Amino acid sequence: MSAEKTGDSTLSKEHNPTYQVIGTRPIRQDGTDKVTGRAQFGADIHLPGMLFGAVLRSPHAHARILSIDTSQAETVPGVRAVVTGADLADLEDKVTELGEGTINLRHQSWNTLARQKVLYYGHPVAAVSASSPHIAEEALALIEVTYEVLEPVLEVCAAMHPNAPLLIEDMYTDELGQKSEKPSNVAAHYQTRIGDVEKGFESATVIVEKEFRTSMVHQGYIEPQNGTALYNPDGQLTIWCSTQGSFGVRDQVSEILQIPVSKIKVVPMEIGGGFGGKNPVYLEPLAALLSKKSGYQPVKMTMSRSDVLAATGPTSGSYIHIKLGADSDGKLTAVEATMLYEAGAFPGSPVGSGMGVMFGPYKIENVLIDGYDVLVNKPRTAAYRAPGGTNAAYAAEVMIDMLSEKFGMDPLEFRQLNGVKNGDRSTFGATYQRIGYQETLEAARKHPHYSAPLEKANSGRGVASGFWFNYGGKSSASASLNPDGTVSLIEGSVDIGGSRTSIAMQLAEGLGISVDDVRPFVGDTDSVGYTEGTYGSRTTFATGWAAYEVSQKLIKQLVERAAKLWEVHPEEISYQNGGFSIGEKHMSLKELAGKLDETGGPIMASATVRPGEYGPGFATHIVDVEVDPETGKVTILRYTAVQDVGKAIYPDYVEGQIQGGVAQGVGWALNEEYMYDPQGKLTNTNLLDYRMPVALDLPMIDTVMVEVANPGHPYGVRGVGEVPIVPPAGALANAIYQAVGVRLNSLPMSPGQILEALQAEKD
Amino acid sequence: MMTKKLHVHTVINGEEVEFLCEPRQSLLEVLRDTLGLTGSKEGCNNGNCGACNVILDGSLVNSCLVLAVEVEGRSVVTIEGIAGPEGLHPIQQKFLEHAALQCGFCTPGFIVAAKALLDQNPNPSEEEVRHWLSGNLCRCTGYDKIVRAVLDTAQVMALQSTKR
Amino acid sequence: MPVVWIPALLLPLSEGRQKVNVPGKTIRQVIDNLEREYPGIRQRLLDSDRLRPNISVVVDGLISQEKLRHKLEDHSEIQFIPAISGG
Repeated sequence: MSAEKTGDSTLSKEHNPTYQVIGTRPIRQDGTDKVTGRAQFGADIHLPGMLFGAVLRSPHAHARILSIDTSQAETVPGVRAVVTGADLADLEDKVTELGEGTINLRHQSWNTLARQKVLYYGHPVAAVSASSPHIAEEALALIEVTYEVLEPVLEVCAAMHPNAPLLIEDMYTDELGQKSEKPSNVAAHYQTRIGDVEKGFESATVIVEKEFRTSMVHQGYIEPQNGTALYNPDGQLTIWCSTQGSFGVRDQVSEILQIPVSKIKVVPMEIGGGFGGKNPVYLEPLAALLSKKSGYQPVKMTMSRSDVLAATGPTSGSYIHIKLGADSDGKLTAVEATMLYEAGAFPGSPVGSGMGVMFGPYKIENVLIDGYDVLVNKPRTAAYRAPGGTNAAYAAEVMIDMLSEKFGMDPLEFRQLNGVKNGDRSTFGATYQRIGYQETLEAARKHPHYSAPLEKANSGRGVASGFWFNYGGKSSASASLNPDGTVSLIEGSVDIGGSRTSIAMQLAEGLGISVDDVRPFVGDTDSVGYTEGTYGSRTTFATGWAAYEVSQKLIKQLVERAAKLWEVHPEEISYQNGGFSIGEKHMSLKELAGKLDETGGPIMASATVRPGEYGPGFATHIVDVEVDPETGKVTILRYTAVQDVGKAIYPDYVEGQIQGGVAQGVGWALNEEYMYDPQGKLTNTNLLDYRMPVALDLPMIDTVMVEVANPGHPYGVRGVGEVPIVPPAGALANAIYQAVGVRLNSLPMSPGQILEALQAEKD
Repeated sequence: MMTKKLHVHTVINGEEVEFLCEPRQSLLEVLRDTLGLTGSKEGCNNGNCGACNVILDGSLVNSCLVLAVEVEGRSVVTIEGIAGPEGLHPIQQKFLEHAALQCGFCTPGFIVAAKALLDQNPNPSEEEVRHWLSGNLCRCTGYDKIVRAVLDTAQVMALQSTKR
Repeated sequence: MPVVWIPALLLPLSEGRQKVNVPGKTIRQVIDNLEREYPGIRQRLLDSDRLRPNISVVVDGLISQEKLRHKLEDHSEIQFIPAISGG
């Protein structure tokens, strides 16, 4: 959509406009580097004089640190520095924003290096820098720590027991500012109450009630965390790392180390997956501390896979209890639910989001949901793609399936009857504006998959829906026009999967030029304006918007230059499809770019946005499974994911986001879980035993992109990345029920669990 | 504690290479830290993710499980040796056309693995491709576009060889 | 006049009223006026003069980024919900 009036940012909210660039499938600009191995990820960095850091981690899930003796380690030849919690400042309780949620910086500091207590197996206790990674590891073994081992708390219900050992002894339950009388492992209690659930259940003719459990799972990015820091004698700190947000790293490091942000530059390297787990810092403050203590030498740190699993944020395991009622027409009348989410060692589970996602697609007038954020001796949870959503939607979609069965209704028809439409009030209180949920149900019902016959024995088909809020947030971009008419674009969003191109495409569309003429570059914290991290399904939406604003500012300036050349008023010139014209006269952008010098010099523009009108996303998934009754193995025969994507700027990569989310959802549903022994030691700390899906576990994943444009964005963009991980667990549970007649209420639905359930059915 | 280093002679991506290494160093570590060939990635360091795949004397291996000293007198192909003097290998080109990557971290491993597959089996079925690639973990794509890219590459390469 | 949905946990403070009409041109003003009617409610919603970090404020269906400074219309509908996190 190119502006036809000069320099006017009025957005044309047409339905289905014809775009030149948006919706096409160019090769991504960073593609060649990625397929040749040239792209520089965090661990690929090499600096002169570089040292290597390593972290000593707690072998206990819950213990007091009585003493730490680093003297032996310091004498190892090649060791340059050792740091412990004593090297970090003691921070006040300060809560700030991170990844759209919040983080308590005191806890973040305690998580970086333990102070009086260790709160999970893998909790960092000390760190070392040395001339080789092997020497650093040897030095760790010589650090002597004496612990007073305490009883661990490893399960949410146990953690809430009045006699449970307390993790943080001065923590009280927060209920919107009101603190509990006694300290507790329950960090917070939230409640959503709409209407009157008692009356709602009275008018229900069918009520179903069930409880569910889900296990802690990890984001599973293939690239482990890393961080390299150089603390210069002049006080300037530079950090190179794998992160979803360079400005977030800068802010956190600034707080933890008590250094002004102006002294910190964060250079985001290419990132090998994040999914929310690379918003918090882990190694960066340690590398910085070590760099300074090692005599201002660069220190590089990478995490081993076992450290990644043991000590970086997984997402919450949970306990969920739901009671759901519907009237004689099959319309939902009331829902009452209790949700207990594991926060890990420090507060901050995504129970709040989970409360909203759970029945997000449904219209229910009477709601009472209690959510609890509960500490357990496991790693502090971090966001994982639609945080809190998968757990909740799993439970909700099984309940919906149970009701549709009781009513003898087709499961999609039941959802159409109860599904939200524009203007409906959600079960978390906000009112939906323009949404596309019904459209996904419609498309799913019509899809050939839904009516295809199921031929194999012990096979079944399940459906489930899902919702995610999406998000706007702060984004910046700047661009300069080159003399050959190409544009160099610097934007602040780390590129996790093609976004630098989808952002470039929006600039190209705005300017009316080819995307091949835009060269995008992901800037560091010194070279681009403040940009929030790549999370929350916000990047193509918000940073794309910033790029669009930049395009309009460039046009305005160019029109003024053309006016100078033609000696007319700017208002008389029109700009369309990369060309300026007045009457019979015409000049392409490329031609004008060549004449910038004679009209005043180079042209550049920048923009920073914080768009509020992001639209939520909805999806409906269909899955066919075959269950082997002898082994309990689930084979996925066919999978179709229908999602409202707003406007697919870069369709190949929108499909990719959907397929990737589905694959993670499948792993979460069928195989992945954290296995702790009774002492709280994580036993499956490698990728063989923490079983993520491989190519043999999945079929082709068909995606159907329904486009209900978000009227709040110049190109109708809706976030797409998080929604797809929400439905798979529910869809699979419902398919397994159809296949072999058991309703599983616990994730993962592993072969052992299925066999047990089948056996219980027989008995 | 520094152990005496060993002198290794090998061929990497068609070129003779010599390096010094400690006996305890893996091939992956030497490729990345000594030879500057950082295209092979460390995802797990114990043979479960395939991000470090290289081809050793024609066989696909996890370089994290091979000791550097073991490549004495042998031939190694890494991701850096896949593209030719004329440009990208068809596998690489097809990965880009099919958008068979998102973060790109697992991509070198997959491309090397795919090359090893097609060297052995120029016309694999979808099942064979999935089976072969089960040693490579991807967390971003769900494998759909990767499998399509490999199948498409097989077709293209078959056409190219019939033209000769 | 703007409408405020009282958060569930604060219903004891609003005498059980779920929905209240409160004057105000910004969220901050609305909260101040709410405090006049139902003393004690402000300190539950605010922490050191800003909205509690674990709450989001929704205005007319959209989560507000300006929070206390958000300008309201006459018909604005306001809700307070647990904060959302993205990944």
